[in-house]
Amino acid sequence: MQSITNTPTRYGWATILLHWLIGIIFIGQFALGVVMVRIQSQRTAFELIQLHKSLGFLLLGLIMLRIAWRIGNATPPLPASVGALERRTAPLAHLALYAFQVALPLSGWALVSVSTLEIPTMPFNLFVMPNLPLAESDAAEGFWAAAHWYLAYLGIALVALHVVAALRHHFLLRDSVLTRMITPSSGGE
Amino acid sequence: MHARILGFAAFAACLAMPAAAAVALSDAAGSYTVSPAGSSIRFTIGKAGGGGFDGAFARFRGTIRIDNGDVGRSKVDLTIYPESVGTGQSRIDAFLRSDAVFDAANSPEIQFRSTSVTRTGDTSALVTGRLTARGKTFPEKFTAELNGLKGGTIKFHVTGKVLRSRYGMDVGTPLYSNVVDFDMTLMGKRG
Repeated sequence: MQSITNTPTRYGWATILLHWLIGIIFIGQFALGVVMVRIQSQRTAFELIQLHKSLGFLLLGLIMLRIAWRIGNATPPLPASVGALERRTAPLAHLALYAFQVALPLSGWALVSVSTLEIPTMPFNLFVMPNLPLAESDAAEGFWAAAHWYLAYLGIALVALHVVAALRHHFLLRDSVLTRMITPSSGGE
Repeated sequence: MHARILGFAAFAACLAMPAAAAVALSDAAGSYTVSPAGSSIRFTIGKAGGGGFDGAFARFRGTIRIDNGDVGRSKVDLTIYPESVGTGQSRIDAFLRSDAVFDAANSPEIQFRSTSVTRTGDTSALVTGRLTARGKTFPEKFTAELNGLKGGTIKFHVTGKVLRSRYGMDVGTPLYSNVVDFDMTLMGKRG
């Protein structure tokens, strides 16, 4: 079975697995982020924030892997039935998705690095993640908190667009765009 | 004479001069009220990756009773008001006061009641007692070093380590150590 890697017509298991893993964690991170800053219990909030940081670093690692995998693998082209406009905009949307997936964890890392709370970061309590070499200050913390917040809402809007587009392909256009990202066997055109 | 005894306390401990020690004890005997003005209760908690964070309690009260003749029958009572915790960072203070750590609204007092005092040197003693915080009580040990005695005031340097997890304050471990290092200066005024 060579279905771990992509082929010119199909996504392999590695791409599929990374795609869904990253997608689930990304959406989960958004929900977690929204909840953790609103929750009443300071203790639960603290613990959720640490979990959010852990998952953020996991996400950063996974997205790096995904980008490397994408560069080193063939990318199956869109089905022939896909229109000219989408043929041009879809790659831009995907590029934006990658950009947000990198920018979001990095902005979160910057936020914890400049925070005057100086809370250490230990992804899943496994090791101490060093801070980015940025000067800590209340102003910098405010800036990165806002940046992280805006990136999160823009990112999740982009994810929503991505999901709607995938559902449109599956239910309206009835092509293989969604199914080929679910299993390698249903990709061939 | 007091100054000489104190100044040479460490020296005396080495030389084991029972005469000097006896004088110091009889001079120190009595009841003292802890004076917040001359006292401080500071703590440090180590952080993963190095460093730590420091805090202090601004409000506390206590009494020290040194038994004339038998140090072992001495007694120390200390009540700390966790609401008065200060770290220099207001968000951390609010966190410490909240139910995440001290739950100061529901447990406004942290109490230490000594159960035994054992002399470990001419000017030092091991104070064992019961520490109560957030409704939980455990035995704890502190080392007290006589730091000054003059004109009706007595000064101790008290250090000890407390495991915060036992008191329902384990939040943040292992990012922040479970061990809280206490460093106190307790100044008592006679009466």
